[in-house]
Amino acid sequence: MYEKDGEKYFIVDSHSHFWDASRENWKPGQEQYAKGWIDCFYGYHQLGPPETHWDYEKYLKVSPEDFERDMFVEGHVDHAIFQSTYLKEWYTEGFNTIDQNAQLLDKWGDRLIVNGRFDPRDGDAGLKQLEEDIAKYNCKGVKLYTAEWNNGSRGYKLSDPEAYRFLARAQELGIKNVHVHKGPTIWPLDKDAFDVSDVDHAATDFPDLNFVVEHVGLPRIEDFCFMAVQEPNVYAGLSVVIGGLMHARPKFFAKVIGELMFWVGEDKMLFGGDYNIWVPKWQIEGFVDWQMPDDEAFTDYAKLTTATKKKILGLNAAKLYDIPVPAELQLPTTADESMQPGEELVRDTAGAQA
Amino acid sequence: MTAPAHAPAPTHVQDLVWAALGTVLDPELDEPITDLDFVESWSVSPDGVATVRLRLPTFFCAPNFSFLMVADAHDAVSAVPGVARAEVTLADHHAADEINGGVAAQSGFVATFGAEAVAELDELRAKFLTKAALAGQDGVARPLVDRGATPEDLAATTLGAVPPSPELDRLRRRRAALGLPSGDDAPLLITDDGSPVPVGSIPLHLRRARLQRVGIETNGEYCKSLLKTRYA
Repeated sequence: MYEKDGEKYFIVDSHSHFWDASRENWKPGQEQYAKGWIDCFYGYHQLGPPETHWDYEKYLKVSPEDFERDMFVEGHVDHAIFQSTYLKEWYTEGFNTIDQNAQLLDKWGDRLIVNGRFDPRDGDAGLKQLEEDIAKYNCKGVKLYTAEWNNGSRGYKLSDPEAYRFLARAQELGIKNVHVHKGPTIWPLDKDAFDVSDVDHAATDFPDLNFVVEHVGLPRIEDFCFMAVQEPNVYAGLSVVIGGLMHARPKFFAKVIGELMFWVGEDKMLFGGDYNIWVPKWQIEGFVDWQMPDDEAFTDYAKLTTATKKKILGLNAAKLYDIPVPAELQLPTTADESMQPGEELVRDTAGAQA
Repeated sequence: MTAPAHAPAPTHVQDLVWAALGTVLDPELDEPITDLDFVESWSVSPDGVATVRLRLPTFFCAPNFSFLMVADAHDAVSAVPGVARAEVTLADHHAADEINGGVAAQSGFVATFGAEAVAELDELRAKFLTKAALAGQDGVARPLVDRGATPEDLAATTLGAVPPSPELDRLRRRRAALGLPSGDDAPLLITDDGSPVPVGSIPLHLRRARLQRVGIETNGEYCKSLLKTRYA
């Protein structure tokens, strides 16, 4: 919990990692990709305030003690949701697998949620693994990385028939939340790799699943917003938005938040700190202190209320994941409530605050 | 009798090469690669070989856009008078070998990447020009809105009626490249297919145009931040 000026914020970090990018884990022959990947992340890391920058070697792999301090002791986080990113083509043991994440469950099982994952290209064996993971970790969510390389293929679409088979099975087994990475990626080569239209199809065909588009499809935020405004079960994952823009590009951070408030609305935005690209402390404290600028260029955009910030920083995600919130910290939010497709547009309530 | 000035002086050629590189856009960011600091080095040898090295914000910048920029730079520099041959290469990129080899051999994108690439990149380029043409409407219309123009006023506004500005020139160029109306009598606000935006749809259209501009400009800012960090 974070407290400032007498207000208490229940914090759910909906997007965090516990990765191993150490040199020992770089797959022989694929070192340049393994290094290239973590170097990209390290570039993003440096968009945070200088006093939060880490040494490269430390950045490659943190210890459980680092995680505990950065998230729970200093980081104000009440509950964190682990997303996995396998990348086994480049990292021998995987970059950030479910099992890696689960190492921390013994100690922090009551505050950590481990999300599952699947890759439809893994076929029946992958489906079986998904079933086992859900049973073992009681998963309510999965993280999908549609751009991941797999056996010569450089990605898939959520709207592929095989992906639908996995989504249907996951839903049967109790999965509610599907996080889809739509951010920096490299596939498919000739098309637009950030295209969110596959999420659009899946969100329509699986109205009882919640689709969280991570990084708000940042390079194509317009496509994401045009889609999200019509799909009531699509959410904006703010990982990389707060971390990458709030400090480095404050004016553009304000514009992006203003647009998201209008098109998506404060009940459908989820804080994600993206540990350990960045630590959550400065992001949470900065966001609580942050306000839409008064300059003329921003007058069309909504100001953020304390309630807005409370919902974005934790209450929306808590509702999606059925995390118990102390009554005195709770606020109503429409997150996780089923609405008719297009209802927000029809009733003109999309971003009603704007 | 003086020697005919077939070949411009080398330093002049160097300037022309820079100017040619300034015509090459990052299709996603809709800005010249020279403004984005993507040109790491450029030089012209006495025998007219232009050598250009490009660099990008990350190792994993999408290869399709990367290919377009290297290929466009190759074409632009090759066309400069006094340049006998252009060698344009991309540095520090996961697909540098394929892209550099493909561009040097003047192979298309599909020939370069084989089964990984299904189609050539014209469609992708057009898609991003379309986005730029929408964002550009915000750039031109926003000052009018700020001065009190109503949807009715905007529906009746043509490009010729708008005060000259760099934003207007840019919007005209993007539209012309797409074959959309770009002359003085063209409506300021048009849909992606070139038809005028009906009055009732103008507020939402302006919202979309602004969002599009925020999207493109934020990408640009992100990329510039990352480039600065990478090549600090």
